[in-house]
Amino acid sequence: MKKPFFATKSTFFGFILVVFASVFSPVLAAEEQEHEAEPFNASEVILHHVMDDHQWHFADWLVLPLPVIVYSEEQGLDIFSSSRFYDDHHQVVEYNGYKLEHNHIYLADSGKAVFDLSITKNVAMLFINAGLLLFVFLSVARGFQRNQGKAPKGLQSFFEPIILFVRDEIVKPNIGHHYEKYLPYMLTLFFFILFGNLLGLLPGAGNLTGNIAVTMTLAVFTFLITNFSGNKGYWGHIFWTPGVPLPLRIVILPVEIIGIFTKPFSLMIRLFVAITAGHIVLLSLICLTFIFGSILVGLGSSLIVLFINLIELLVAGIQAYVFTMFSSMYIGMAVADHGHDH
Amino acid sequence: MDLLTPGPGLIIWQAFVFLLLFLLLSKLAWKPILGSLKEREASIQQALDSAENAKKEMASLKADNEKLLREAREERDKILKEAREAANRMHDQAQADAKKNADKIIEDAKAIIHTEKNAALREVKAQVAMFSLEIAEKLIKKNLSDDKAQKELAETYIKELKLN
Repeated sequence: MKKPFFATKSTFFGFILVVFASVFSPVLAAEEQEHEAEPFNASEVILHHVMDDHQWHFADWLVLPLPVIVYSEEQGLDIFSSSRFYDDHHQVVEYNGYKLEHNHIYLADSGKAVFDLSITKNVAMLFINAGLLLFVFLSVARGFQRNQGKAPKGLQSFFEPIILFVRDEIVKPNIGHHYEKYLPYMLTLFFFILFGNLLGLLPGAGNLTGNIAVTMTLAVFTFLITNFSGNKGYWGHIFWTPGVPLPLRIVILPVEIIGIFTKPFSLMIRLFVAITAGHIVLLSLICLTFIFGSILVGLGSSLIVLFINLIELLVAGIQAYVFTMFSSMYIGMAVADHGHDH
Repeated sequence: MDLLTPGPGLIIWQAFVFLLLFLLLSKLAWKPILGSLKEREASIQQALDSAENAKKEMASLKADNEKLLREAREERDKILKEAREAANRMHDQAQADAKKNADKIIEDAKAIIHTEKNAALREVKAQVAMFSLEIAEKLIKKNLSDDKAQKELAETYIKELKLN
């Protein structure tokens, strides 16, 4: 059953690839414009692209200010545009008793950090991602209702095999016969990560699924679901591992307890690293052009960037698959019937 | 490193948006989608099952038909055979009856003929005797009308007697 998936997946990626390839050349051009003037600092550029920001910086001449929402005991709740932090020459200035330093907002006089609930670039990406997911899957659901008893059509027939793949290849085999209860969460998780990964590859997009806060939140959800649905067998295995001599049980206990936390931790790190590393590789290759200041290097690195982009599309699918599969596996271990194991 | 420290604002937004998305998609998308998928799978399974059943039914129907046909053929043969036997029997019977009747008629006719013949014979005998007597009387009357003739006759008888 796995083969057909990759077959359809690769055609799916192939399709998106053509779209991306045509879109990416303007990106490279935009990058060039961005960094021509100042002395070039590659790591600063790369980190700036990979990390969250209070404004959406498409190019130096195209900056989308985003709303800043801050709360502090001293000043209460404040909502204002992030453009207030910049003057006409793109220099950072203080505003209304707040100052912006390395993307963190502090109170200007005490230097105390405020509670920052701003709609940052990644939060905006999050909204876009959620909106896109809602739009796509509500129309898919509508398709299902409209074509009841008929062959699937359009968007529905595109997503149906992916939904079936998630159900039959990821969730069902890993969770077992209780799978239906967890299927909505797993589908949401899979498509959230997949769409987030793919959107993150768009030129100018924020690095949503490569942000550790996002991956951490997702991992925590899986962690909570795993442990709240853990049955007697699951906890029994952790606290009093059966079939092991007594002294060893005492040694195993802390290992098992650490294991509860390493599972979501690995989920968090894996997705964060895979996506962020991909972006860093892409940006590093682009930066080579400016470090060497050579058209030939630019041509070469552009070709390699194109190739890496293809890999990134693959990674986008694989990471969504892996995160969902491991989440299913952890939940499957928590709800499995352990009776027959020993 | 800022890259590795999760920002609390983004965590809150992510948790909020993801939960909302999960609730909305579960209710508005996954439920109808998974429901229809399940329904469709069930209906496909059902269609396959009913096709299989129909096939089986067809086969049993065919077997039934053949059995019926065979039975009908046997029945027909039996009926034909019986009819032929009955016809034969009737034929024989009729023949026997006819023969018996004919025999009886012949017998009766013979008997009648026999009695008729006897009666006729008797009558003829009687007539002949009567005729003979009349002739004899007439002859005797004519011949014996004188004594000479009577004498001659007596002599003739005597001669005959001597010869014997």
